[in-house]
Amino acid sequence: MEGQKTALYNIHKNLGAKFVPFAGYEMPIQYKDGIVKEHISTRTYAGFFDVSHMGQFFLEGDETLTEALERIIPADLKSLKINHSKYSFLLNNDGGIIDDLIVTKTEKGFCIILNAACKENDIKQISKFLGKNHKHVLNNDLSLIALQGPKSVEILEKLIPGVSNLKFMTGNKFNYDNEKLYITRSGYTGEDGFEISISNKKVEKLINFLVLNEVKPIGLGARDTLRLEAGLCLYGHDLNEKINPVEANLKWAIAKKRKDVGGFNGWDKIKDLLSKGSEKIRVGIKPEGKVIARENTKIFSRDDNEIGFVTSGTFGPSVNAPVAMGYVKSSFAKAGTSIKLEVRGKKYEGKVSELPFYKKSYVK
Amino acid sequence: MSEKKFSKKHEWVSLEGDIATVGITKHATELLGDIVFAEVPDAGKSLDKEGQAAVVESTKAASDVYSPISGEITEGNKAIVDDPSSINADPEGASWFFKLKIKNKGEFDSLMSKEEYEKFCKENPN
Repeated sequence: MEGQKTALYNIHKNLGAKFVPFAGYEMPIQYKDGIVKEHISTRTYAGFFDVSHMGQFFLEGDETLTEALERIIPADLKSLKINHSKYSFLLNNDGGIIDDLIVTKTEKGFCIILNAACKENDIKQISKFLGKNHKHVLNNDLSLIALQGPKSVEILEKLIPGVSNLKFMTGNKFNYDNEKLYITRSGYTGEDGFEISISNKKVEKLINFLVLNEVKPIGLGARDTLRLEAGLCLYGHDLNEKINPVEANLKWAIAKKRKDVGGFNGWDKIKDLLSKGSEKIRVGIKPEGKVIARENTKIFSRDDNEIGFVTSGTFGPSVNAPVAMGYVKSSFAKAGTSIKLEVRGKKYEGKVSELPFYKKSYVK
Repeated sequence: MSEKKFSKKHEWVSLEGDIATVGITKHATELLGDIVFAEVPDAGKSLDKEGQAAVVESTKAASDVYSPISGEITEGNKAIVDDPSSINADPEGASWFFKLKIKNKGEFDSLMSKEEYEKFCKENPN
């Protein structure tokens, strides 16, 4: 079956994209330059990513909407200011992560950015809590473009004055070509940057401007190496419905007030784990030498007991070494702990590492 | 000058006397993308025709490298292990994977010529 195409499909083609099926879409895995060059140009200049396959889910309603969403999202949505964003999750009854997301407070309600592969189910899960007076729409007329890298602000400010005033994890409406765009300062690479929500009709014009300013198109391949160096999770790999935020080492993303008061799916379980700790936990992993420990690589202790598994692993071009993330028994989670990684039947040395592997430069 | 032949699994072989040098083709490196890891066999290892001989990994995925020809390894190229990106730079020259002493020249003769391989790649772009 042929995958869905984003509004930029033909532009990608002209830019030399190699496509792969991803979450039901035909998406560029890389362009002519290849993954390493795309990665480096994002870190040193700027790159753009078509993330239009992700769900842009808009909700409208009064304070009962906030209450409804707080039953499935453990963020403090009541205190969230207009145009401010939070990283959070949808949780199931066991505290497992149905999806990870960015939620932004809008004038009329909320906008939630959902993972492409999860969006249909997410909406089903969210809808269980919604009332008749809560309007919601998955807006497929909008594209979503991430502009990432140290030069992003300088370049985007030329086209859309005012974006440089945005702080990390905030957004606002801006005028562009007789259209209102919603732009947030955020991203998935560990770099400064923006996510631009723009109509499918105008997105080509925006991309032409970026290309003229020597911003390179970046595919899913470099998106993965960038986010992994930044220690960020990829849903379906590092996170899934059987993993809860405490195990995922993401308890920081549960609002303090919500931890104390609860009232969301899986709170009993999460409260328990918050006080006594989880059996396993997500950690960074640095294999020694050049060997790459990919997803499902088994992790062993120094005395050869199996203690965990890798959930993401690749070569980090900016770290100039292999990097990985995975879950280990909590007693082995301390940074610097020696471990072994079984790759192609052979055990290689490695160490538990601090995350991120690559230091961020967000504008606070 | 040595003769160069090609396999359907995108390896090249050149033969001098009874010593074959094996690497992966430029076409293979283009399919793989940026190469970040290589593992080569140790001298003394015996390989069957189409036996798994080496490993190459790009940022995307790991792939096995097979020996298109049977024989005993005389040398693995440590230079590509130390600098895997050199495989992208010169796949059909300095960045060979291993050398082996062949047993059966017939296996070499049955591989594809350069023209046949190019035609094969056109018909099987992936």
